[in-house]
Amino acid sequence: MPYVVKRTGFYALVVFIVLFSVFPFYYAILTSLKSGTALFKVNYLPVDFSLANYADVLGNGVFPTNILNSVIVAVTVVAISLFLAVTAAYALSRINFAGRGLLLLTILAVSMFPQIAVLAGLFEMVRWAGLYNTLFSLIFAYMIFTLPFTVWVLTTFMRDLPIEIEEAAIVDGASPFVIVMRVFLPLMWPALVTTGLLAFIAAWNEFLFALTFVSNNATRTVPVAIALLSGASEQEIPWGTIMAASVIVTVPLIVLVLIFQRKIISGLTAGGVKG
Amino acid sequence: MANVQAGVPPTEKALQTEREGARPRSDLSRQRLRSAWMFLAPMILVLALVAGWPLVKTIWFSLTDASLSDIEAAKFVGLRNYWEYVDYGDGEGEYFGLLFDPQWWNAVWNTVYYSVISVTIETALGLVFALVLNAEFKGRAFVRAAVLIPWAIPTIVSAKMWAWMMNDRFGILNDMLMAIGVISSPVAWTADPDTAMWAVIIVDVWKTTPFMALLILAGLQMVPGDVYEAAKIDGIHPVKVFWKVTLPLIRPAILVAVIFRALDALRVFDLIYVLTPNNTQTKSMSVFAQENLFQFDKFAYGSAASTLLFLVIALITLFYIKVARLDLGGRGR
Repeated sequence: MPYVVKRTGFYALVVFIVLFSVFPFYYAILTSLKSGTALFKVNYLPVDFSLANYADVLGNGVFPTNILNSVIVAVTVVAISLFLAVTAAYALSRINFAGRGLLLLTILAVSMFPQIAVLAGLFEMVRWAGLYNTLFSLIFAYMIFTLPFTVWVLTTFMRDLPIEIEEAAIVDGASPFVIVMRVFLPLMWPALVTTGLLAFIAAWNEFLFALTFVSNNATRTVPVAIALLSGASEQEIPWGTIMAASVIVTVPLIVLVLIFQRKIISGLTAGGVKG
Repeated sequence: MANVQAGVPPTEKALQTEREGARPRSDLSRQRLRSAWMFLAPMILVLALVAGWPLVKTIWFSLTDASLSDIEAAKFVGLRNYWEYVDYGDGEGEYFGLLFDPQWWNAVWNTVYYSVISVTIETALGLVFALVLNAEFKGRAFVRAAVLIPWAIPTIVSAKMWAWMMNDRFGILNDMLMAIGVISSPVAWTADPDTAMWAVIIVDVWKTTPFMALLILAGLQMVPGDVYEAAKIDGIHPVKVFWKVTLPLIRPAILVAVIFRALDALRVFDLIYVLTPNNTQTKSMSVFAQENLFQFDKFAYGSAASTLLFLVIALITLFYIKVARLDLGGRGR
């Protein structure tokens, strides 16, 4: 095959991959900027620039509250799981104790739990503790997927750090807690940022628990709020508003992901994370 | 749905950096041991509360007659939710329970069908994406960034975006396909029983192929370059090199990625719940369980479905741990 044909074929594939990845979101943005009947005409290029849908979704109703709820839940979940995971990962990676293998295995097993398997039991617990319809129920429940994941990735990361870095501290008689805070934390920022970001995304996107443990519109998080945005009938689904809401909750994620692109790719591959 | 999850096992080499207990127990190591458990206690407690206990409760509920309105009043009924024979007398009778429920088996079939097809397509497409991203070309960084976008978008948002694109009357997908002549009249992708499952698969492929591509790319980047050099010098055709050299070398990476995706696909909920609500053709095991738990007031029955799904996933996880030969003990093998 001549070089030119090969090259053209390759770049056609590259263009296909980019369009395949980007087009749906591009189209969501394009739709969100349309208003009135323009919505019902298919366009491939932007024709309209109306912020009416954005004004609608942010100005009326509880959507801004939903965004705030999502931020509160995701940030709290990340903070708690990172705090618990750093110390646990230190113990799991730097200290030899009986039962460590079993514990790691259990943590891995929990990270594979289908959420539906704990849904009934968690629901009873949430109701019993009086957390139904509160954000606490979600902060608590989300630990089931953020905690095993952060522990696992941070353990892998800490294990690869050389022994020498803590030897001096041990000789100086520093307690393990001091070692974690003074010696390891400063070295772990890259790992913490990556795992924190991935945990944030997971918590931000979660749907099943949020749908089940909260039934009050003002307490909902954004995925459920978007799923439940609806019109008076099947024919009146407010697509413009839904797309505006979708763009609002997705743009921050995309920006974060693009900024931390390299770290995420290495976290995805080295730490082994699935999306 | 859990969007992020721990995965690829720590390497053996990494584990060897841990010194084995050859030296005698000193005060120091005893102190370290104590603090290890102090460090672990909060995490273990949280996991026990959020995963262990609820799982036990779910299994318990599946053996009771619990109802949503009064969960506390649940009474033990044995395996009746799974399997029950009701004798009508005169040698006539009927089997009831989850294992005899055609709707449950329909959900099982849907889930398996969806998982097998979507994971297969994602693996093939992910491999192509990974090969492209592994090549050197101008703008590679840009393409790699673009590929991450579907992965970053929340599942619910993907479902809504595609629901709009697949809209029967105003959707751009019908417009495109009609323009190039693939279809002659608009298709109601998400509503039509013939296409609903494919609509779900299309969205899933779009959303998760990047993840597959990145995991496979990691495997590709570990293949040493001199392997290709040698093949080139020997004048072996690139296609043959791919099948005989590259593919065997990246097989472990692909296997891990496939098992992850499969585990994730088997518990699919969000996408189906939002894209094709109340559609028998796409109802998955998780959707079946959730509906019974919270919409049909069959809390115990839904718990039984959850338990069965858990067992299926547990078996696959065990299989994975065996296949991936995880070295967790750090005690060497």
